[in-house]
Amino acid sequence: MIPPEFDYHAPRSVAEAIHLLGELGPDAKLLAGGHSLLPMMKLRFAQPTHLIDLNRIDDLRGIHEEGDQLVIGAMTVENDLIDSPLLRARLPLLPEVARQIADPQVRNRGTIGGDIVHGDPGNDHPAIALALDASLVLAGPGGERTLPADGFFLGTYMTQMAEDEILVRIRVPAFAPRTGYAYHKLKRKTGDWATAAAAVVLRLDGGRVSHVRIALTNVAPMALRAHAAEALLLGQALDAARIDQAAAAVMAICAPADDLRGDAEYKTAMAGCMFRRALAQAAARCA
Amino acid sequence: MSKKIVKVNVNGRVLEKAVEPRMLLVHFLREECNLTGAHIGCETSHCGACTVDIDGRSVKSCTHLAVQCEGAEVLTVEGLAKGGVLHAVQQGFYQEHGLQCGFCTPGMLMRAYRLLQENPDPSEEEVRAGMSGNLCRCTGYQNIVKAVLHAAATLRAARAAAA
Amino acid sequence: MNAPKEAGLAERASALQGMGESRLRKEDARFIQGRGNYVDDIRMPGMLHMDIVRSPLAHARIKRINKEQALAIPGVHAVLTAEDLKPLKLHWMPTLAGDVQAVLADEKVHFQMQEVAIVIADDRYIAADAVEAVEVEYEDLPVVIDPYAALAPDAPVLREDLAGKTEGAHGRREHPNHIFTWEAGDAAATEAAFAAAAVTVKARIHYPRVHPCPLETCGCVASFDPVRGELTTYLTSQAPHVVRTVVSLLSGIPESKVRIVSPDIGGGFGNKVGIYPGYVCAIVASIVLGRPVKWIEDRVENISTTAFARDYHMDGEIAATADGRILGLRTHVIADHGAFDACADPTKFPAGLFHICSGSYDIAAAYCQVKGVYTNKAPGGVAYRCSFRVTEAVYLVERMVDILAQKLGLDKAEIRRRNFIRKEQFPYTSPFGFEYDSGDYHTALDKVLAAVDYPALRAEQAATRANPASPTLMGIGLVSFTEVVGAGPSKMCDILGVGMFDSCEIRVHPTGSAIARMGTITQGQGHQTTYAQIIATELGIPSEVIQVEEGDTSTAPYGLGTYGSRSTPVAGAAIALAARKIHAKARKIAAHLLEVGENDLDWEIDRFKVKGDDSRFKTMQDISWAAYHQAPPGLEPGLEAVHYYDPPNFTFPFGIYLCVVDIDRATGETKVRRFLALDDCGTRINPMIIEGQIHGGLTEGFAVAMGQQMPFDAQGNLLGNTLMDYFLPTAVETPKWETDHTVTPSPHHPLGAKGVAESPHVGSIPTFTAAVVDAFAHLGVDNMTMPHNAYRVWQQLRDCGAAL
Repeated sequence: MIPPEFDYHAPRSVAEAIHLLGELGPDAKLLAGGHSLLPMMKLRFAQPTHLIDLNRIDDLRGIHEEGDQLVIGAMTVENDLIDSPLLRARLPLLPEVARQIADPQVRNRGTIGGDIVHGDPGNDHPAIALALDASLVLAGPGGERTLPADGFFLGTYMTQMAEDEILVRIRVPAFAPRTGYAYHKLKRKTGDWATAAAAVVLRLDGGRVSHVRIALTNVAPMALRAHAAEALLLGQALDAARIDQAAAAVMAICAPADDLRGDAEYKTAMAGCMFRRALAQAAARCA
Repeated sequence: MSKKIVKVNVNGRVLEKAVEPRMLLVHFLREECNLTGAHIGCETSHCGACTVDIDGRSVKSCTHLAVQCEGAEVLTVEGLAKGGVLHAVQQGFYQEHGLQCGFCTPGMLMRAYRLLQENPDPSEEEVRAGMSGNLCRCTGYQNIVKAVLHAAATLRAARAAAA
Repeated sequence: MNAPKEAGLAERASALQGMGESRLRKEDARFIQGRGNYVDDIRMPGMLHMDIVRSPLAHARIKRINKEQALAIPGVHAVLTAEDLKPLKLHWMPTLAGDVQAVLADEKVHFQMQEVAIVIADDRYIAADAVEAVEVEYEDLPVVIDPYAALAPDAPVLREDLAGKTEGAHGRREHPNHIFTWEAGDAAATEAAFAAAAVTVKARIHYPRVHPCPLETCGCVASFDPVRGELTTYLTSQAPHVVRTVVSLLSGIPESKVRIVSPDIGGGFGNKVGIYPGYVCAIVASIVLGRPVKWIEDRVENISTTAFARDYHMDGEIAATADGRILGLRTHVIADHGAFDACADPTKFPAGLFHICSGSYDIAAAYCQVKGVYTNKAPGGVAYRCSFRVTEAVYLVERMVDILAQKLGLDKAEIRRRNFIRKEQFPYTSPFGFEYDSGDYHTALDKVLAAVDYPALRAEQAATRANPASPTLMGIGLVSFTEVVGAGPSKMCDILGVGMFDSCEIRVHPTGSAIARMGTITQGQGHQTTYAQIIATELGIPSEVIQVEEGDTSTAPYGLGTYGSRSTPVAGAAIALAARKIHAKARKIAAHLLEVGENDLDWEIDRFKVKGDDSRFKTMQDISWAAYHQAPPGLEPGLEAVHYYDPPNFTFPFGIYLCVVDIDRATGETKVRRFLALDDCGTRINPMIIEGQIHGGLTEGFAVAMGQQMPFDAQGNLLGNTLMDYFLPTAVETPKWETDHTVTPSPHHPLGAKGVAESPHVGSIPTFTAAVVDAFAHLGVDNMTMPHNAYRVWQQLRDCGAAL
């Protein structure tokens, strides 16, 4: 398994990278962690003639606070999400998700931004971005623009990001006090993508749901936000009948592809199951 | 495609070589540097037999380009022992029968070496999770876990003695 | 003897690090320092790289191959197809199973990823590019994946090269896609047993196709020296001497000018027994180009093309009395061998030793029939960490006994206890004619049941079943297995006509150290450590100064290699007997030096001493020196011996395994709560290594039972041919293993040893299945097909109405 030939570029700034991207055109691919792209190139499913390596752009890494928002550089690797005291304190769902992605070595290379923009429905961060009301800051020849994660994912390998753009930052509102959260991911083994996974972010007020986000991984061509299920829960107490209704609403939006992980029936059932488990854990964490 | 010059510190020696951009780090180490400790097992970043340490992090060298190592410090299994003295992880694998065919061993050792710096006193479960990017077909991992815990104890004792 | 002297003896014995000691491994020093020497580590001056153009289609006619674009790439030296090999008569090769196999596809392809052309280039990067540049035009042919469909009267003919050939290597062929029908046992007596029985059960037991998947793939470096006419090939082989013979026969190069070297091998598990087209092509390329040629498989090629295992479709039947006494066993098997019959079994046994399928039970009448069938899949059918087809056999009988127990409402321990061959029946002749050497199954069973408090487990299971809200189902799997290993007596077992003996040559040097060479080859089993321990005990030479070498056909005596747990049963015996020849000579020398008769000497650990006089003795070191400068008159100098050991019988290791699982009723995930493996491999040479082998075999068994699969779609595409999908568990998924043992030595083996490394694979797979099925037993389920991954188990939960 040998990748085809390509030219390699290692820009030092976002501006330089955008310039290269414009100059080299559609034959160029951005290289982030490389753990999706390089295997695809080795299998010759992808044959770009130029790679633009974003790893030398220091501005794209790191996590900091801006008021109530956390700003995460797109090239921040999974292990840095896990180790970030800031995230652990203010957005603990992200480290919890990162721990469930791939394996320790891959998490040293795999980046949050690469995971989001690759558009693989098996990637975990798209659903998390939906559950966290994240905004994605894209830089292009005309400057920066910010898009909400909700609506960004269009299908398998398809997003709102234009060919001449780079994802530079992810902006996420920090959790309000007593926010419950969980990500439940069913997988065959370490390193696998989800058979189905569900993220829940939840706040309760007087026993009733005052805020809820539900997002799903790998049960459709792209990450899904379960709007209908959220609506069923908002303002309600989390009783068994409500949860059943919400789970049914979660399963109703699933449209997974059959593969060795399971058929559509199983994956849909598992999306419901992962949702129930995530909801229960999130609720327990609301205290 | 033109070759690129890459200057990289491998096991304490600075090397400068012209490589094709597509050359994978594992091939660079094995074929350009004659360091055949890192092995190629799966080629899709699942098995970890090619694990090396780059700038203080464990990396699968089959999914990393040599050109990306410009200016980096790379440590391979050949650089673990110092002055003819085995590193504690090497000693641990020997003492606890943590290897059989030996093919996964260099990757296991390099991952264990880094894991014990990230977490000097891991539980058995933490060792299993910390080593979960490395596959072994021979040992069933039970003795690998013991080997890493053995090394952890040795390193802790050495630190305590030095303090 | 007084106490201090005994302590002295113990110290001397322990200094040898001989048999029974958990000696640390000699081979580790190089592996832990990155100094192993695997095939891909080998570089030779002027070496070129070979890569293979493979078929994307499973069954197709080759219309045209265009090499031009590939040859135009700078650094490409050659592109060869079947047409190029034809003049050399190397486009087809014989298989070990009596069939022929295309080296490069000749006019048509028979399975996806079949070898179509080779490219040879300056480096592996250029070679990979050249593979992409070779254009091959195909015409689709109908694909046959299901072995039952292959035998349909109007099935497409797969092997056109065999047209009109009604006689195969193993008898008559009834259909163009039929390879052989092989049978054992007594059909009439079995029929009578079934006719008279109060109870019969029948089930289709499918053992799916899996792959051994060692972490190192297959490969070689072939180097032909056109001036000397000599061929040296470094090769990932579990049987280098057999490869030498085959290469000599194929190439016409005298065997004395062919040197095959198996260097360090990164795991074999049966995958590295066969002789693959890639090896042959690299050798041909080296002969044609006069330069060394390296070929290394990638992982997709390894899983897709080299040596799968299993794929047995078994119809099992048992006849029994109403109280569960088994009277008869019968099975009919359809064996999917893929496109070429390239199994690596002893020549007379096209279904290997599958007729061990009467298991650990005293069954009066039994019969089995195996039909081999061609399909559009890769060839293979190797013994994946087991003796030939023993895994399939044990799986069949253990499943059938459980099914019978469930039908009769009998406890799964009790039915085994009632049917076990009793200790006093050994040596026991099975209904298939095997003579089991030794065993004590009841003691082993009792030990396991006591260790886990079996009644308490069953009580807990009953409570779980009684609770409709329980989030889990609890299952207990219990299996007893008997293997037949150590192939084998040459009156029964040969490969290409070469008897399946094994060999050892030992030379003791003047200063008392020694070198030993064997016809086997370690792939992680630790031969360099354990073989030295045998010699240490036999000859009183410290293990530390005994060098063990294997794998180089130019230095090692001929042997059949390492697979089928044959190293200790066959080569281990050869070592002991070679050592005993040296020991006998050493006694003569000692008697000469001490000026006494040979019968006046006693052997004690590391020396001969004069009977009744502890002060007069000669150590092995003294004797070694004397052998080279004052050998007794009439005795030739030197101290060395060779022994070729042809075993009188197989050995029959056994064990009792127990597994407890908890199945998540919502997801179908199975958690192995507990697994206890009790093994009896006879005499134990190095307990540490035995324990390590058992851990590894259990883990491979876990992988097979719980996740490994090679599914094909209707077009013959193998789904899941990387380690993303093909299940190799990590440390996180792998259960924690408990082990125990009993020791029932083999009466016919010089050391009493039986072989061990494959038992945990053979024994654990049916144990996992038994545990998973047992979790559903109260819901009327008596069998489930592997792998028991979450998806499949969930489907069973759904079908039983037990899913949450």
